[in-house]
Amino acid sequence: MHTEFLMGNEAIALGALAAGVNVVAGYPGTPSTEVLETVARRKTDDVYVEWSINEKAAMEVAAGAAYSGARAMVTCKQVGLNVASDPLMSLEYIGVKGGMVVMVADDPGPISSQTEQDTRTFAQFSKLPCFDPSSVAEAYEMVQEAFELSERLGTPVFFRATTRVDHGYEAIEVASPDEWRHNCPEGFVKDPSRWVIFPRLSVVNHAKIEARNAALQDEFSDYQRNLILPEAGEGRRLGIATHGINYAYVREGLREDARPRVLRVATPFPFPERRAVEFLQGLDEVLCVEELDPVIERQLTYVCGKYGLDVHIRGKLTGDIVPSGENTVESVTAAIDAFLGEEPEASAPAANAPTLPVRPPVLCAGCPHRASFYAVKVAMKGKKTIYCGDIGCYTLGNAAPLDMVDTCLCMGAGINIAQGVFHVEPDTTCFAFVGDSTFFASGITGTINAFYNQADMTLVVLDNSTTAMTGHQPHPGTGRTMMGEVVEKVSIEAILRAIGLTCVETVDPLDHKLAVETVRRVAAQPGVKAIIFKSPCVVLAKPQAHSFVDPDKCVGCQRCVKQLGCPGLVPRDGKVVIDESLCCGCTLCEQVCPFGAIGGGQRIAMDLGQAGGAR
Amino acid sequence: MSTNIILCGVGGQGTILASKLIASAAMGRNVAVKTAETIGMAQRGGSVFSHVRLGDGVASPLMARGTADLIIAFEPAEAVRQLPFLKPDGCVVVSSRPVVPVSAMTGGPAYEYEAIMAYLREQVANLVVVDADQAAAELGSAKCLNVVLLGAASRAGELGLTEEDLLAAIHTLLPNKLWELNEQALKYTASLS
Repeated sequence: MHTEFLMGNEAIALGALAAGVNVVAGYPGTPSTEVLETVARRKTDDVYVEWSINEKAAMEVAAGAAYSGARAMVTCKQVGLNVASDPLMSLEYIGVKGGMVVMVADDPGPISSQTEQDTRTFAQFSKLPCFDPSSVAEAYEMVQEAFELSERLGTPVFFRATTRVDHGYEAIEVASPDEWRHNCPEGFVKDPSRWVIFPRLSVVNHAKIEARNAALQDEFSDYQRNLILPEAGEGRRLGIATHGINYAYVREGLREDARPRVLRVATPFPFPERRAVEFLQGLDEVLCVEELDPVIERQLTYVCGKYGLDVHIRGKLTGDIVPSGENTVESVTAAIDAFLGEEPEASAPAANAPTLPVRPPVLCAGCPHRASFYAVKVAMKGKKTIYCGDIGCYTLGNAAPLDMVDTCLCMGAGINIAQGVFHVEPDTTCFAFVGDSTFFASGITGTINAFYNQADMTLVVLDNSTTAMTGHQPHPGTGRTMMGEVVEKVSIEAILRAIGLTCVETVDPLDHKLAVETVRRVAAQPGVKAIIFKSPCVVLAKPQAHSFVDPDKCVGCQRCVKQLGCPGLVPRDGKVVIDESLCCGCTLCEQVCPFGAIGGGQRIAMDLGQAGGAR
Repeated sequence: MSTNIILCGVGGQGTILASKLIASAAMGRNVAVKTAETIGMAQRGGSVFSHVRLGDGVASPLMARGTADLIIAFEPAEAVRQLPFLKPDGCVVVSSRPVVPVSAMTGGPAYEYEAIMAYLREQVANLVVVDADQAAAELGSAKCLNVVLLGAASRAGELGLTEEDLLAAIHTLLPNKLWELNEQALKYTASLS
């Protein structure tokens, strides 16, 4: 054992490795991404790791590995679990042989997600056991316990953490590689009565699942992490029930010498009912401090009814805790103070603070997506259009001054939404923007749907040759894998042509005039057609040159600033200057300036002929 | 006894490395550390902050408002944004160089630099302003602003860590070729007094 300063996600990865995980598959998504990246960085040679093309693929790869007796882990964010839910809901009935942990990162807030869904609720829905750690140190140990339980019961289990555990750091004790468990998978043993799902098998296994979960409810009541902190000080008949990072907030908000009884639920499903009854005994009121869904609150209310306990359960459902959003130390402290009948600490009113600029995330200086959006905007000026966006950095194209994302729903949805709009409004020119990684993840089926069902739309693939938003993970178009292999690239253009599209043009978006001409020409074609805007992510391929403004030629019209909204263009003293620390020399502003006042940049030469390594 | 520190700035300015340097320096002194980071969408030029909590008896990686002993701000407007976290007699170390967001040039609220600096001076008795442009010019690099600010914070006495502690952290976390530049950056504000 040794001490390391680790991010929660790194601790989860090292915990899985210490538990002898053999196969890890996932799809990137904040706040889950670092788990798989850490496995890839720290693993021994015999561990297999992959970025799958989406979460459904990851779930199925992990299931196959676990069928073969391997210990397997899936990593994804909460919305990724939705993509993987089809295989998971059936896998629940089939079960596994090797331990299988489904690591899902929930995102209260949400800070970087579309939804505030709660995987604890998904665990109830899918009838799968769920672990919910409260700290980095606990996450490291608990994931190992999750593998043990999964393998013993032959079922996949959820390991669910939230952003503040995933992205919190702590110095913790971890095992060294020579101390890791070594798991030698038996291999797949043929048995159709076990591995082939049929209604007859499902009804038999459903009964077994219910019996198992009833037994597990009892077992979890003795699980040391479902703990009760006894009350201290004057005997007040009050309790607080909490979970996850909120347990840390609750402890910050309580005095050691005078505090109510506290229940921390580490396994929200199956709910540790006997432990809950023990907690409730002798109490008058309980405040449930939860983030996302009122899972514990509903369970305690049910337990009170079932056992005839006269305890008033309060929380989100009674308006004592906000129903949505992320909790904070002060919001939890305030709720506890109100619950205990204590005066809240008066906070000094903020003196007239100046209005602050708003700072939403923006496309980077030199980002090729800006050039792609701008080319389409210029080409379609005055036309009736809809721009369906998707999930990735390019969602940021919605901001002023580009204003080029009219819809964004979930991974791959934009392509199908554009078709739906077309079927209602055939006179609208419909565009769908999708990134390269998102195209592979869930854009291909939508494109086939459009082609087969005779939609009229332009698919715009924004190909920056990486998964940029989540930190530049490789994907099938990059020709690299998480095992470090260099492999044949999958060509987006070849896929589109194989579907049947005859109009597919690949163009460098930073060649503004050509890009605009291409958009006009392609969008005028009937049926489904595609433009692939290909230019590398500037974070990965930062060129050396940068642009500068000739102050003698700049008349201060600010056309560049107002058209492009590039953070590298800064108005100063009635003219525009370029922030050298941000500029990448992409030359888009040079091409937009009507006075030829900007020069010096040098865009990366694109070898479009080899776009995506077309075979 | 614990020390609460907030690092704040704009995505890409190096706040995460700064918080790791503080954590490494604290661990070198056997001080317990918990931190919470902003990672993800906000990194694209958005507001970012790290909470760093040193010492025993800390349950949560995030601190409550009004409890920060020290705010290390890489950007003046971000210092004001995090000011509600500062305890009444807390210290703020701030880079004087504004990073003007695109929104301020395209119809959003303007960046009122003078008003922001005046507000910081008025609200924070223990305020240390670091001229980031001058530091970058003299050090020949704008990339070590984080270590310049850590040096200033250490000298202000609120970090609870010495220059030697931070130097050890630099040696632990950074590759050899960056040691000299960052050692100069660490000592930079001392050379001004």
